[in-house]
Amino acid sequence: MNIIPFLIIVPLGAAFLTAVIGRKVKALGGAVANLAALALLAFSLVLALGGSGTLVYEVGGWAIPFGICMVVDGLSAFMLVTVNLVTLLVAVYSVNYMKRYTDRWQFYCLFMLMVAGMNGLIISGDLFNLFVFLEIAAIASYALVAFGTEREELEAAFKYAVMGTVASCFILLGIIFIYSSTSTLNLADISLALGDGPRGRLVGFVTILFLVGFGIKAALVPFHTWLPDAHPSAPAPISAMLSGVLIKTLGVYAMARIFFNIIGIDDTMLSILRAMAVVSMMVGVLLALGQWDFKRLLAYHSISQIGYVVLGIGLGTPLGILGGLFHLFNHSIFKSLLFLNSGAVVYETETRDLRELGGLNKRMPVTGTTSFIASMSIAGMPPFNGFWSKLLIIVACVQVGRYGCAVWAVAASILTLASFMKVQRYAFFGQLKEKWANVREVPFLMKTSMVALAAICVLGGLLLLPGLKSAFLDRATATLLQGREYAGAVMGSSDQEVTK
Amino acid sequence: MNRQSYKRDVRPEQTAGMTLIVKTVARLTVGLILIFGTYVVFEGHLSSGGGFPGGVIITLAFINLVLAFGWKPLMGKLPRRRAVLIGSLGISLFLLLSLFGLISGVFFKNVIPRGEAFNLFSAGHILYCNIGICLNVGMGLFAIFLALILFRIEPEDGA
Repeated sequence: MNIIPFLIIVPLGAAFLTAVIGRKVKALGGAVANLAALALLAFSLVLALGGSGTLVYEVGGWAIPFGICMVVDGLSAFMLVTVNLVTLLVAVYSVNYMKRYTDRWQFYCLFMLMVAGMNGLIISGDLFNLFVFLEIAAIASYALVAFGTEREELEAAFKYAVMGTVASCFILLGIIFIYSSTSTLNLADISLALGDGPRGRLVGFVTILFLVGFGIKAALVPFHTWLPDAHPSAPAPISAMLSGVLIKTLGVYAMARIFFNIIGIDDTMLSILRAMAVVSMMVGVLLALGQWDFKRLLAYHSISQIGYVVLGIGLGTPLGILGGLFHLFNHSIFKSLLFLNSGAVVYETETRDLRELGGLNKRMPVTGTTSFIASMSIAGMPPFNGFWSKLLIIVACVQVGRYGCAVWAVAASILTLASFMKVQRYAFFGQLKEKWANVREVPFLMKTSMVALAAICVLGGLLLLPGLKSAFLDRATATLLQGREYAGAVMGSSDQEVTK
Repeated sequence: MNRQSYKRDVRPEQTAGMTLIVKTVARLTVGLILIFGTYVVFEGHLSSGGGFPGGVIITLAFINLVLAFGWKPLMGKLPRRRAVLIGSLGISLFLLLSLFGLISGVFFKNVIPRGEAFNLFSAGHILYCNIGICLNVGMGLFAIFLALILFRIEPEDGA
């Protein structure tokens, strides 16, 4: 039996099961979410390591382009592994962390819906389905940001919902125009219908709509204003999901898929992406420098790091895309770890203000050490994973003569280091303040999850070893580099792979 | 859900809601709205309609009642928890029906016999999917509506 549809069935089933009986059976939500996340990671690994080429699944047995199809190629498999790896570790962390909240079953239900939305978006081979799954993930995340139902959280969620809805409107409008001109919603079929000729004004307009829509979802400057409010307000596991994978799936992945594989990317578009990326990198890190709120600082760094990812992809060269995608994976690991660290600090001390903290390394050694590893990763210190991906991006910039981009990338990296030195200095090193003398290390499952993420930060560079690189990163890079041959790959494979 | 039961719940002390004229009109129209909503759901596979619009129309009947009579009478019959539960059961029905297709190997394949075209029970699982969607959309929308009218935050400065 084909496992592709189970990437959606499992999280949806987990969410609905939790919704129906989660209130009665208290422990059910966490258990189901963890099992589902484990199954999802296993499925993704099977698809990433086992398959080659493009797998197509025709839902309901309807042939392309009449029915809905699910497509798993190199890029999808790469994204699936990234998303579900973080999902599993966040789900493990949540078991202990969410004990402080009431109505946990609602949390797990929304969490699984968000995961279903992201997985669905990644494997969707249909433009409108992509939008539907994007909305499932986005709406679940609005509710999750407001989960604490304090004034500040509701305000942030409302702002996020308004900005997110504006983004969705732009995307939907783009889909409407595409549909009106090509009369099809299947991604591969749209690509064929658009043809190879010069692009008309309509496609240009749609490109701008998508750029704004997905730009808001990815929180690229100047569309970033919602992120510094929304991401810190959510419970820590959700902050980790939002910054770690949601903005990348809904923003970067969807944008890259549509621009590279469907519409086809040209030099103008690439330079717009690069410009937005460089501005995001600098603005994000400069705003982060002045922050004293632990989670808000991390949120600003997400804007900056998304800049690196988009810069790599925006170079359009094999090395640049490889670096961008590798940084996407690495950022999802170390940024979720940092948010989980901040969650551990909040869990024990009930404060996010760096000035009030201090010397926590003495009382919370696991949290302190893992956060140090993550800080060094995000700042691009060797030998951690962030170093390798930033190095690839900078080398790729130099390779194509974009010295300006390279300089900005290095500068942003140095400022990132400065910013995280501040976090380490104020929160974890220095004198232990008297009021934290009784702080203890966080419970076991939270530690497990943080240690696992830290281990991936340390070993992440190994993904560049020839064997692993060709199975994982090279396949994803090749998917973007093949450009509009995507249509042929999907249409061609639909004859053999499908079980009707 | 007949007229009598709603009348009984409106006790004199609960003067919430609108005037007698609005209440009477609401009482008269609610049944019609419900019938129309059900019609839209059950016509989904035959003509225009379907679970989503049908669910919305059915919810509008409930919202109509809340607007006319205040939220207390209806809350006894359909509290938010029950609405959420029914909605979740509806969407679970939808997922189960789509899993049914796996019997023949393909997710969401229509394996239930199609029957004769233009009959009420035809088109395989489409009708049942529509019912599931109707329950989920309708009750979900109603739960959101209740959350919007019930949920309050105290002002910060007591103003």
